[in-house]
Amino acid sequence: MISISPTYLMYYVPLIISISLVFGATRHENTQLILKHAFYTARWITGFMLIIFAVLVVFNWLI
Amino acid sequence: MAASANVIEVDSERIDLKNRPLAALLAWLLPGAGHFYQGRYTKGSLYLVCILTTWIIGFALGGGHVVYASWQPGDKRWHYFLQAGVGAAALPALLQGNQMRRMTVDGVTSPGYEPMWGGFMAPPNRPVIEDRTDEVSAWYATYGAGYEMGTWYTMIAGLLNILVIYDAYAGPLAVPISGRKKKDAEESPGNGGSGRSASESGGGGSDPPGEAEAVGSAAQT
Repeated sequence: MISISPTYLMYYVPLIISISLVFGATRHENTQLILKHAFYTARWITGFMLIIFAVLVVFNWLI
Repeated sequence: MAASANVIEVDSERIDLKNRPLAALLAWLLPGAGHFYQGRYTKGSLYLVCILTTWIIGFALGGGHVVYASWQPGDKRWHYFLQAGVGAAALPALLQGNQMRRMTVDGVTSPGYEPMWGGFMAPPNRPVIEDRTDEVSAWYATYGAGYEMGTWYTMIAGLLNILVIYDAYAGPLAVPISGRKKKDAEESPGNGGSGRSASESGGGGSDPPGEAEAVGSAAQT
């Protein structure tokens, strides 16, 4: 089903941490709010990617 | 009231943006440096660690060859425009690119070409032809997916720093509101829907941080 090594998914970890924290910090000044925003951003991006992944898996199964 | 025009209030915290263009320049040169200059040490440290770590990981994944400046047929390195957002860390590539340009004759690198600093951020030897064996394809063969991922990491680091530059220049971006919160905001006259709780104490409405009166950001998140 997945043609690449699952270890490639590890590339995602530092990116999501970095992007979420920077994204949160550019919208708040308070540390708690930055972390909260970062968590929501990480959750949103992860969810979006999971949806895309699910769609691709379904397409792969159909074809 | 020029000094107070640079003072904004976000999340109930007052921020003195000081000399904004200087802060933006520092933020570009070194991620977080503009915030250190403004006394925003926590955010400065966060930016420094996050962006430089992303940059270094990407650089290492690509074997140190993912950042270079080139605008030759077959090797138009548009990625560098994004990578350059990270500032001083990407500048050696410009010097290397210029050195390569001077040592390239009729699209072929001169045999006497010696890159500076052991080839750090040096472009590949010319010619680079798509779908042909050359130095770029050798890098791809050596580093595999790491070369591609390294390119992305360094580009993303540069892009993130553009947000940081804006933050240093004008303070945090507005937080969009939606759904129920939007309805709440509409019921509150004067709520601009921003994450900022207030703006300048001394006017300066035309400046970037100038915004309408807004409610505390805690209600927005």
